[in-house]
Amino acid sequence: MAAVQTRSERALNRVAIAAVLAITLIFLAPIYWITSTALKPRNLATTIPPTVIFEPEISPFVKLFTKRSQLRGAPAPEEYAAAPWWERLVFDGGEKVVRSGRGEVQLSGYPNRFMNSLIVAITSTVLAVGMGTFTAYGFSRFKMKGEADLLFFILSTRMLPPVVVAIPMFLMYRVVGLNDTHWGLIILYTAFNLSFSVWLMKGFIDEIPKEYEEAALVDGYTRLEAFFKIVLPEAATGIAATAVFCFITAWNEYAFALIMTNRRAQTAPPFIPSQVGSGLPDWTVIAAGTFLFLLPVAIFTFLLRNHLLRGMSFGAIRK
Amino acid sequence: MATVVMTSLDSKSRAASRGLSDIKIRNLFIIPTILFLIVFNIFPLIYSLGYSFTDFRASTNAPANFVGLQNYRELLNDPFIWSNFAITAKYVIVSVAGQVVVGFGTAMLLNRDIPFKGLLTTLLLLPMMLSMAVVGLFWKLLYDPSFGIINYALGLGSFEWLANPDMALYAVAITDIWMWSPFVMLLSLAGLSAVPKHLYEAAAIDRAGPLYTFFRITLPLVAPILMIAIIFRTMEAFKTFDLAYILTSQPTTEVISIRLYKMAFQEWQTGRSCALAYIVLIMVLAITNIYVKYLNKVKER
Repeated sequence: MAAVQTRSERALNRVAIAAVLAITLIFLAPIYWITSTALKPRNLATTIPPTVIFEPEISPFVKLFTKRSQLRGAPAPEEYAAAPWWERLVFDGGEKVVRSGRGEVQLSGYPNRFMNSLIVAITSTVLAVGMGTFTAYGFSRFKMKGEADLLFFILSTRMLPPVVVAIPMFLMYRVVGLNDTHWGLIILYTAFNLSFSVWLMKGFIDEIPKEYEEAALVDGYTRLEAFFKIVLPEAATGIAATAVFCFITAWNEYAFALIMTNRRAQTAPPFIPSQVGSGLPDWTVIAAGTFLFLLPVAIFTFLLRNHLLRGMSFGAIRK
Repeated sequence: MATVVMTSLDSKSRAASRGLSDIKIRNLFIIPTILFLIVFNIFPLIYSLGYSFTDFRASTNAPANFVGLQNYRELLNDPFIWSNFAITAKYVIVSVAGQVVVGFGTAMLLNRDIPFKGLLTTLLLLPMMLSMAVVGLFWKLLYDPSFGIINYALGLGSFEWLANPDMALYAVAITDIWMWSPFVMLLSLAGLSAVPKHLYEAAAIDRAGPLYTFFRITLPLVAPILMIAIIFRTMEAFKTFDLAYILTSQPTTEVISIRLYKMAFQEWQTGRSCALAYIVLIMVLAITNIYVKYLNKVKER
């Protein structure tokens, strides 16, 4: 189509390019805004007209990680002089970093919630992808009665609204003591991601020719050896793509985390919004927390760009 | 020839008998997953089905009394519940329609000779990879009437988005459109790129106008995949909780998931909320069935 272009066709193309650029800019604007707010001094975060040019600060990130209290007056000169540079940033913002009796810096809730998110998302991803890969191989290579029904059953577990499942799970967890534990969330996220993992991995494994394993079987491999030595390496990119999808889902989940955790095992998605509270929130700190939380997903999105299409369409589209 | 087949079969069965048989391996690979999903998805549902016939309250230690169908009868006769469903339906229609227009439109544009197409597509995918709760939080900042960037950029002064009961649901839908139009765009793009080029060439030779080409060639061929995107988004929008819950607390944005959450975890009407969960569940299963029907139809093509 590109070879023969009339003048009007070229003009139309230029309009399309401009429109696509404009749409992309509009779509990225909120993300840019949160990033820039995370680097602003507090007094510039809520100005109208908005401040576009400013000297970036890292004080929002220092505040994000530490417990702080409001300063009544200026800090004592000796206190100021004794403090490390990053603590002075907080002094300059009219607050001070809270230290324990022994002078240790007190951390805010954020690093802990971020760690919880990492623990829960990574463990549940490993479990979901591990089980999903085995199951997908089982479905892909062996015929059985009611296969389509079983696959539909697996898919259907993902269709339920989280709140619907959360009510009985909350009651059951209360009986067995899994509320507010990492394992409580890990199990839920594994169950939630498993269906996705099976469907996606089945798509990847279906594309590996059966002849590879058959040749290995002829060579005297057992079925299990053939699976581990032939199929798994062939499916490696698919496994990686599935893992990132599962990770992103578990990382972003909110409803279960809100209901099933409150302190010990709470992840970042319910924690960050709870920091807004009433009164005047420090939006620079919230933006910093948001930015750090979005960063892993943004990196994965970029690394995974070529696999996104197939993953998102549940294998409905084959090229 | 026959002997070759024989030996290959023979060595296969020998290898298999040395290790586990295929049927054992199949069961070993599939059964744990099925059991896991039954224990953590089906069993809880059966458990809550039992509670849905009681007046159980998880906040007290009082034993649950069997009340029969009373919960269901009351819920189905409760105008407030129906208004929650109506809000949900309105939300689904507005946000899915918005996503189809924006997403399909962008895909049509991207389907031309655009430089850096891959990079632009990737950048456009970013919103849908983010957490809805955290997205909701930062859109709260963007929507702020006194210092929000949206009012400033659009010159709206101190227009209320989230505190205005008439506007709040649309504000939530706009955020949802921002997040999920890329999904519709992605599927549409896949559909568009699968349309055979020779159809357009033939249309050009026949001097067909752009509108004719669009409605007679492009749209019918993309429709099945677009349909998948629509059904998928409809189901997700029906389940919406995070975004609406974080963005506002207006009664006009109380979608059914929020109603359910409040009933279960704030009012602690456990038995009643289990019954409502079942009503929602039946609706979701109905939508799911449509989804799978279309999925199979598209796969058959």
